[in-house]
Amino acid sequence: MSEKITSDHNPIALHRALERIWGTRPGWGRLAAVNHNVIGVRFMLTALVFFAIGGILAMLIRTQLASAESVFMDAETYAQVFTMHGSIMMFLFAIPFFEGMAIYLLPKLLGTRDLAFPRLGAYGYWCYLFGGLILIGALIGGVAPDSGWFMYTPLSSSVYAPGINSDIWLLGITFVEISALSAAVEIIVTIMKIRAAGMSIDRIPIFAWYMLVVATMMLVGFPPLILGSILLEVERAFDLPFFDPTRGGDPLLWQHLFWLFGHPEVYIIFLPAAGAISTILPVLAGTPLAGYRMIVAAIVSMAFLSFGLWVHHMYTVGIPHVALSFFSAASALVAVPTAIQTFAWLATIAHGRPRFSIPMLHIFGFFFVFVIGGLTGVMLAMVPFDWQAHDTHFVVAHLHYVLVGGFVFPMLAMAYYWVPHLSGKQPVQHLSHAAFWMVFIGFNVTFFFMHLTGLLGMPRRIFEYPAGFGWETLNFISSMGSFLMAMGFALVALDFILLFKFGRPFRRNPWRAGTLEWAMPTPPPSYNFASIARIDNRADLLDPDRIGPRLAAGDGYLGIPRHDRMEVLGVDPISGEPDQVVELPRQTYLPLWTALATGAFFLLMLFKLYWLIPLALAVVIGCFWLWTVCDGSPIDREPVSIGHGLKVPVHIRAQIPPSHLAMVLTLVANATLYISLLFGCLFLWVSAPNWPPKHVSLDMPLLVLAAVASVLTCVGNRLASRRTNLATVGNALSLCAHLLSASLFLWVAFLTLPAPSGHAAIASLFVVMIYAALHGMIGAIFAAHAIWRALCGHDESVRSLDLRIGRLWHDYSAAAAICAVGFCWNLQILIAGSAP
Amino acid sequence: MFTLVLGLFLATWFVPTFGRRLPPDRWILWGGLALPLPVLIALTLYAFTQGEFLLKGATKDTEDALQVRAIGRMWQWHFSYPTLPGSVAEAGVLHIPAGRTIEIVAESEDVIHSFWVPRLGGKIDAVPGHANRLRIRADQPGRYGGICSEYCGTGHAGMRFEVRAHDNDGFLNAVSARTGQ
Repeated sequence: MSEKITSDHNPIALHRALERIWGTRPGWGRLAAVNHNVIGVRFMLTALVFFAIGGILAMLIRTQLASAESVFMDAETYAQVFTMHGSIMMFLFAIPFFEGMAIYLLPKLLGTRDLAFPRLGAYGYWCYLFGGLILIGALIGGVAPDSGWFMYTPLSSSVYAPGINSDIWLLGITFVEISALSAAVEIIVTIMKIRAAGMSIDRIPIFAWYMLVVATMMLVGFPPLILGSILLEVERAFDLPFFDPTRGGDPLLWQHLFWLFGHPEVYIIFLPAAGAISTILPVLAGTPLAGYRMIVAAIVSMAFLSFGLWVHHMYTVGIPHVALSFFSAASALVAVPTAIQTFAWLATIAHGRPRFSIPMLHIFGFFFVFVIGGLTGVMLAMVPFDWQAHDTHFVVAHLHYVLVGGFVFPMLAMAYYWVPHLSGKQPVQHLSHAAFWMVFIGFNVTFFFMHLTGLLGMPRRIFEYPAGFGWETLNFISSMGSFLMAMGFALVALDFILLFKFGRPFRRNPWRAGTLEWAMPTPPPSYNFASIARIDNRADLLDPDRIGPRLAAGDGYLGIPRHDRMEVLGVDPISGEPDQVVELPRQTYLPLWTALATGAFFLLMLFKLYWLIPLALAVVIGCFWLWTVCDGSPIDREPVSIGHGLKVPVHIRAQIPPSHLAMVLTLVANATLYISLLFGCLFLWVSAPNWPPKHVSLDMPLLVLAAVASVLTCVGNRLASRRTNLATVGNALSLCAHLLSASLFLWVAFLTLPAPSGHAAIASLFVVMIYAALHGMIGAIFAAHAIWRALCGHDESVRSLDLRIGRLWHDYSAAAAICAVGFCWNLQILIAGSAP
Repeated sequence: MFTLVLGLFLATWFVPTFGRRLPPDRWILWGGLALPLPVLIALTLYAFTQGEFLLKGATKDTEDALQVRAIGRMWQWHFSYPTLPGSVAEAGVLHIPAGRTIEIVAESEDVIHSFWVPRLGGKIDAVPGHANRLRIRADQPGRYGGICSEYCGTGHAGMRFEVRAHDNDGFLNAVSARTGQ
């Protein structure tokens, strides 16, 4: 194989050649951007716009509450304002902002050129933007969600919220969550596979450890929320009574699903911020981070614990006290990993020589505010105290201390630390101090006094309160504090604008950091590193000043651009040794088109134009199929040279290519959703009133046949991958078996079940069967794709990646079908056994 | 705890030699495990016993708890006394005898509400389809304000009620007052 040599180790020529391949085209070409630099910055800027909108809503709230019996807003407007404030800050600011930060920073910290799936990142961004626009559009149109950001049923169900408001929340937020899930998959795969050579698992930057934990939590934390949203939307749209107590549903199911997501969510927001601190603090203290391994252990245990304490949001819903005590103990225990991190940071400062700087000031703000938030958190973890303070302004104050302390201050520290990287300029003036103190003092004035308001018995979410309870002075102080804080944030924004405009340029590495993101020119070029480093030490103990120029000269791996391909190094997850070259897809408009089609689907759902939905789905599937068509060439290629005498295979022929790992992760998220669904239905059986329904009889033989058919799909796939001459036959078997299985499930669900709107039990059976049928249909697409490839002459015996990915799906859908049949059979027995 | 952590933070920041002698692992072990664990264990146990006490109605003798049904509907509370024959239900006012444990059975006819009398302690959600129990007790006769503490729609802010704690005779009079008229 001939390889064009376009560079002879001349940094400028190399830069031009790489920029031509990796750079985003100007003009309309920007819409085709897939580069993580561009996408990451877009995520962060969009999130900041939403932060400003959420902040304005907060100002409206404080204006309303500044005096007793205020007439500024009526109850309906106020409900929309506080619901949107919470929803925007959580879903449209906090999560996307750190996603953007991770998308921008991770490849640089890991010493590579881009994330594993650039198109997925672009698609996630468009989904986030369009979903956010739906919500903001509703706010402007006066039909914004109004049932509180946790959308408790039945207040949010169609009986008590007949308008479009709740649908906008359910569909808009689910649309946005696509970006969270895609970011989670992308981040995990990138950290596992796409790194600098020699960066073994115990050498990866501490921030990557944090993001690995966060992304895993997102992967299993978001599906329960998405499931809850789907079930509630299905109840609102098609009258399937999952949450309606009169027909065997239970409002508590929503609360469990919501908080099963909602509590890990707090740690999902906190951990990236903590990761930023663990990265910045050692640099500012001039000493390596203390307790790297202890911190990793602490955050992993924190992730596990955080999934075991969602019930502490539900102490007052009538759960037995002994059960509450378990969750109370778990809630208290989660303070321990936090304490470990805190003291690791303290030890780092103690052993270093801290520099006075703006980021350090914000880290001080973080310590101050977050410790208070943590302590009030331990107070609230105690059941009797919570019975008193639950749903009062004490909780409001607590959660703002945790979220602003645990997220906003670290993010500001991070911004002051990394904006020089992004802009290539250093700050020149001293607005930053004033801005910090205004935010800090404003925040504490607002929320410290709010603790007292809450202890005096003022509940959350009341739009007016009578005079004479002693609440007026405290509320007035809080409002004044919040205006001060708002001005502080405006000052921060001004500070950054001035920095971009008037900052002075610098050479490399202004903080004298030891991480790889400073081993590149600033602002960073689209390809990050002209060649990829081999590192021989922990990723925060390197010398960017020495490594940078050598990489720029093409002295590392992949220093020679090849065939206009965007190439990065894939490594073994544990040892960090290169095991493949990953060819990334070039700039394309496909993510935009796919996101628009996805948006069309959500809008059709929103406006109840259900007959057009199959068309929208077909377009979405067609778009995704086009993604695969653009992939690579059909010709097999031998292992390619990566420099320094090493040859590795291209990713499509590698043992574990990124896309295979991504499919596994997607199925993990999918399985979490499915398990939540099955347990949710069983929860109804245990807890919901008006159970059991009247006798339900299922057509078991047909269901068993459907399960058998779904097993045949796996057989077909294996046949196709073992014997090249049987490829078409095997895949055709998969295709037919999937179609048969799906139609049987649909047949039983639609034609033999009693009306699912009659009882939650029947609705459960119905939804489980639809889930299985859906997997059959998607599996059929996989099989059809495989047939198409075989007909196009792809030799699948060597280059079997697509078949292997398909196999994962076939196996999963077979398992799902068997579980579905087992579940239906069990539920039928349970109903028959307990029928009156 | 707050002053301790903040003090350590400022000390390590401003006093260059502070804490230098303690190796990082010790810092983490002492601060991250030895400090919080005993505090948390003690606190959790104390909270558990306190919770049990509250659940029994803040008293040792729980046999003669008086049952009251509290039904939330948008946006008013209705109270009735199923164990007292001849008593009348009333909206917005809950009469209780002082010095006796009251068991509130909270139910809802529409969305989720939450029964809360701040000065009598504890709150319990009224979830449609469920009957949740909470025990309260007023030691002194008097009037106590109560509110709904779960957001339940536009009338949530006005969903207040009043608890009137009477002596025993006054209580019986109050709950049967209108039948006597």
